[in-house]
Parts: sequence; C-alpha cells; structure tokens
Amino acid sequence: MKPEELTRRQEEIGGWRVSIETYKLGDVYHCTISNVDPGARFARADGATREEAESLAIEKATRYLAQTRKFTS
Amino acid sequence: MAATLPSVLVTTDWVAQHATDAGVRVVEVDVDTTAYDQGHVPGAVGWNWTTELCDTVVRDIVPANKLEALLGQSGIDNKTAIVLYGDNNNWFAAWAFWQLKIYGHEDVRIMDGGRKKWLAERRDLSTEKPRVDAKTYKTKAPDTSLRAFLPEVQQAMKAKSAGLVDVRSPQEFTGEILSPPGLPETCQRGGHIPGAKSIPWGKNCNEDGTFKSFEDLQALYSAQGITSDQPVIAYCRIGERSSLTWFALKHLLGFKNVKNYDGSWTEWGNLVGAPVEKP
Repeated sequence: MKPEELTRRQEEIGGWRVSIETYKLGDVYHCTISNVDPGARFARADGATREEAESLAIEKATRYLAQTRKFTS
Repeated sequence: MAATLPSVLVTTDWVAQHATDAGVRVVEVDVDTTAYDQGHVPGAVGWNWTTELCDTVVRDIVPANKLEALLGQSGIDNKTAIVLYGDNNNWFAAWAFWQLKIYGHEDVRIMDGGRKKWLAERRDLSTEKPRVDAKTYKTKAPDTSLRAFLPEVQQAMKAKSAGLVDVRSPQEFTGEILSPPGLPETCQRGGHIPGAKSIPWGKNCNEDGTFKSFEDLQALYSAQGITSDQPVIAYCRIGERSSLTWFALKHLLGFKNVKNYDGSWTEWGNLVGAPVEKP
C-alpha cells in the first residue's frame, strides 16, 4: 500500500508550535503530532476520516502540552 | 580527517531495492513506539526502544543477552547488514546504531531521511509483520570507548578536557523547560552542564530529514569550537538525541574520540549539588 493524502503543517496548541502529519493508509487515517523543537512525536490517533484522526490527536496533544511547565525565573 | 563515510548511510532508493535481500535486515525504531504499526517499510521488523533496547530493571543500555535474543529473533546474525530507520529524523535509529556499535556489530547503516523521507516520497508501506527465520547472534565485549559515564563527564567539566555538546533544544539548554513540550519531565533542575555548547541535534539534518553534508556539519561544529583534535562528549535528556549527534560526529565527520553520555540531563539534573549553568 502507498500512503495517500499526506499533509504536514504547523500550528500552535497551548502556546507551543507543533507539527501535524496526517496520511491515509488503506481505509485508515493516521495523525501524529510532534513538537517543532525538538521534533518529538508525542500524540497520535487514527480515524475513519482525516477530521476524526486529527481532532483526536489534537485533543491528546492539548492535554499533554498543558502539563509542560515553563521556568522563567 | 576523512571525508563523509558513505558506508553508514543508505538512501531510500537503496532500501526500496534491497530491503528484502538475503543478508540484509531493515529495522524501524521510533520515538513513537506505535509508528511501526501505522505502516512500515515492507520487510522491516520493528523494535520498541522502551522495552527492547534497554534494561527495564536497572537504568542501562540493553544487556548483551537480551540484545542477542532480539537480534536472533529478528533474523539477524553477526554477518547481517542491519539498516535502521525511524521517525524524527532517525533519533532512535541512531540510538540503536550506537548500541549495536557498542556490542561490536560490524555492518550497521542508517536510511538517510528516515521515515519522514520515505513517507514524503510516497513509498510502499506495509502493516504486516514480516515472517523471519530466527538466527543465532553473539555480541562482542562492549566497546566502552563510545560511552561516557558520570565521573568522566564531571572530570571533563572540571578540567575542560573535552568538548561538551548539549544537543537539546535552546529552551531546555537555558532551563526554561525541563523536557520537550508534551513529554514527561524527569529531572529536578533545568539548565546545562557548565561549559557545554548548545548545538541542537536537529542542526545535523536537512529539512527532508537527511543528514547535512560533510562541509556543512564541519562548519556547524567548528563554529562552536568542537573539533576533531579534542575528545567530545554529547548529551541530551536521556541519551537518544545525543546518539544522533554522536553518529554525525563519529561516522560522518570521522572524529576519533566521541562519546555519548546517555545518563544525560536526567542524571545530571537530578544530582544533589551538581553544578548547573543557566544563562
């Protein structure tokens, strides 16, 4: 099988820049979200549609990113 | 210094043509341990770095007997050419490469560009695990010259006897955050080892995930005073990003004395009384 409809874009979630990668393999859409710096994948989800996979992955990413603390002093 | 050593890198084209050749085993190792199941290079086996490439009781690299079992069940013997690739520009592929070199495997290579480039080129993916015939593998005595432990790093910091390269993100280097966004925190203090140079791992790579040229890598490191005439120790948070920098310095730039400090910031940043520098 070949991956179809591959897209990569950057967005901001909870104040952090993230990369969102989605592709379709067979009947399943796979979405993964990585922090832009350093680039680690930390949230993923599958779905029957692009929207479903991405919204589930973004929901997870939002939850995980909320746990990242900044120490500015 | 030698020019780029191409024998440790293979292209996606090469993998597409040789992935199932006898004597070749392609292995996917990802930061995201589920990525393999989202489709992998046909014929590739998948290794889980959290359970298969470490000691799961003591904090340590994979024990020899466990690695022997993993390689054997992956259809790999001592003469197999192992081709590693993974997500995030081969972070954990480099981690596996480093450990395989510690245990003396001769023919290990990395697919340049990793999973990112393979996907971008719309190459075939499989969701089926390949059927492999088990083989027997015997590791060599660990080559500890590739690995730095805490006392050596402490000594290097005090004596300024090695170039310390912090490959984490600038925000981790300054102590603004303790770990990459979205990932668990595992240290008590932020900052960096005094004297370390900040050269984020991602600077080793081009936008498509491939490694930069010999000339670009040399310029990157020499601009920060990291040269081949001195010992170099690379570190990050848990030692995997720094294994990629170790790979670039050792195998692409040909540095003779480069070590990966896999204790990294999760060791240093948790030590009571350890000196920490924050800009």
